Amino acid sequence: MDALVSKYAHSSASPLDSSEGFSQAGFDAAQQFALPMFDIPMVSNPIDFLRAHTDPSAENRIRIQHGTTTLAFKFQGGIVVAVDSRASGGSYIASQTVKKVIEINPYLLGTMAGGAADCQYWERELGRRCRLYELRNKERISVAAASKILSNMVYDYKGMGLSMGTMITGWDKTGPALYYVDSDGSRLKGERFSVGSGSTFAYGVLDTGYDFDMSVDDAIALGKRSIYHACHRDAYSGGSVNVFHVKESGWEFKGNFDFDKLHWDYQAQPKGQIV
Amino acid sequence: MMSTVPSELPVTAPIEHRFDPYVDNGGTLLSIAGKDFCVVAADTRLSEGYSIHTRYVPKSVKLSDKTVISMGGCYADCLTLTKRIQQNMEASLVAPMWYRHAHGKTMSTAAIAQMLSIMLYQKRFFPFYSWCILGGLDEEGRGAVYTYDPVGSYEREACRCAGSASSLIQPFLDNQINFKNQASERRELSLDQVLRITKDSFTSATERDIYTGDYLEIFVITSNGVELQKMGLKKD
Repeated sequence: MDALVSKYAHSSASPLDSSEGFSQAGFDAAQQFALPMFDIPMVSNPIDFLRAHTDPSAENRIRIQHGTTTLAFKFQGGIVVAVDSRASGGSYIASQTVKKVIEINPYLLGTMAGGAADCQYWERELGRRCRLYELRNKERISVAAASKILSNMVYDYKGMGLSMGTMITGWDKTGPALYYVDSDGSRLKGERFSVGSGSTFAYGVLDTGYDFDMSVDDAIALGKRSIYHACHRDAYSGGSVNVFHVKESGWEFKGNFDFDKLHWDYQAQPKGQIV
Repeated sequence: MMSTVPSELPVTAPIEHRFDPYVDNGGTLLSIAGKDFCVVAADTRLSEGYSIHTRYVPKSVKLSDKTVISMGGCYADCLTLTKRIQQNMEASLVAPMWYRHAHGKTMSTAAIAQMLSIMLYQKRFFPFYSWCILGGLDEEGRGAVYTYDPVGSYEREACRCAGSASSLIQPFLDNQINFKNQASERRELSLDQVLRITKDSFTSATERDIYTGDYLEIFVITSNGVELQKMGLKKD
């Protein structure tokens, strides 16, 4: 009772109390957005609720955009990141022009596989936290630390239906770095990753053509070709190929290549020696 | 305190019936961005199952002189979401201060676009059943279309159709607006051409989609503001 009285006495004395978030003088973005808040349905099991309504058998199904092929690999010239651009909701192609490489800041890239909204939201949140780190510590965050922030954030929601398979890449004090982070909580450091429904096809091409000492142009061509073959064989991948190159000076966009154009370009080329 | 419930009664968990808060009210929406204009169009039919509840209810709302939002899906969710967007443009929840009152200006199309994404994602575990298309002019005065999935992934595009007839209209737009699979190169279309494509899209969709029809509302956004045009569609 006393707590109630004091609460209301306090709030009526200062209606623009900073705890309500309306005072500009006391507004601290770092504090205010420390934890994102989510609405939860008022049922005994919210996880079952979400699963029931996103299930293919649901009467009014909420179709969350899905499906992908993404890849990233380290080589002597840094890191190449290549992705497709198709999003599908069920069997309908929702978009052929998705940006699956998320530009977290000039030195960090994230890729998008799984739920489009989950990747977009959490990697934007990661960007915000990396900026706060820079302001507090007067130096750029390492890729290891950034990927761990993301991993820890999504781990808090484990089992609640988030779907995210991402690669965090960048260049820090230790040089080029590449991490795989997913919504189950895995965080792996590696040289070569491919994520998404078409990843097996991409790995096939990537592993065959990979050489650490390859030139930048060859690395970009390999990334492009790996995604091309995944788009060709995986129905959930397609559209176009986006390629990025991560260098010491930050990342650089290397272009958008329409799948159909690539297909006929490759068809016109003589077949390479595989065995 | 005395309990009114006899203590001998076994304690059981409350019975929970299936919580099914979503209905699909049908309807189709479309938006096309031009060089210095944007068109946002939607039919006005609201149905549930095989019955039509009303023939005239607007799906699009003017948010500012530069921005119009259009929504389809569960009409109740759309109403709530539209109301919250308008509320936040005055008093933003995303930046917890009153946007217009704090900054002395109306939110830009890009700012509303980012805000809407966050608002949709805040309902990640209890989503709004809504397809959103935001149409307007960007800071340089060019046409902008932002499209969303129900949980807030968003993208800026040249054109987009969503709702019950989206799979009928979108391929037509890909061909006529983005010149997909055409010999001719992509070129800018005039407002007049875009309006004709819009009207043709809806009259054709009305022929084949039971949830589309009655009336068509077209919002034309230019640097002169927002103009609303209305057109009849078939009512069967």
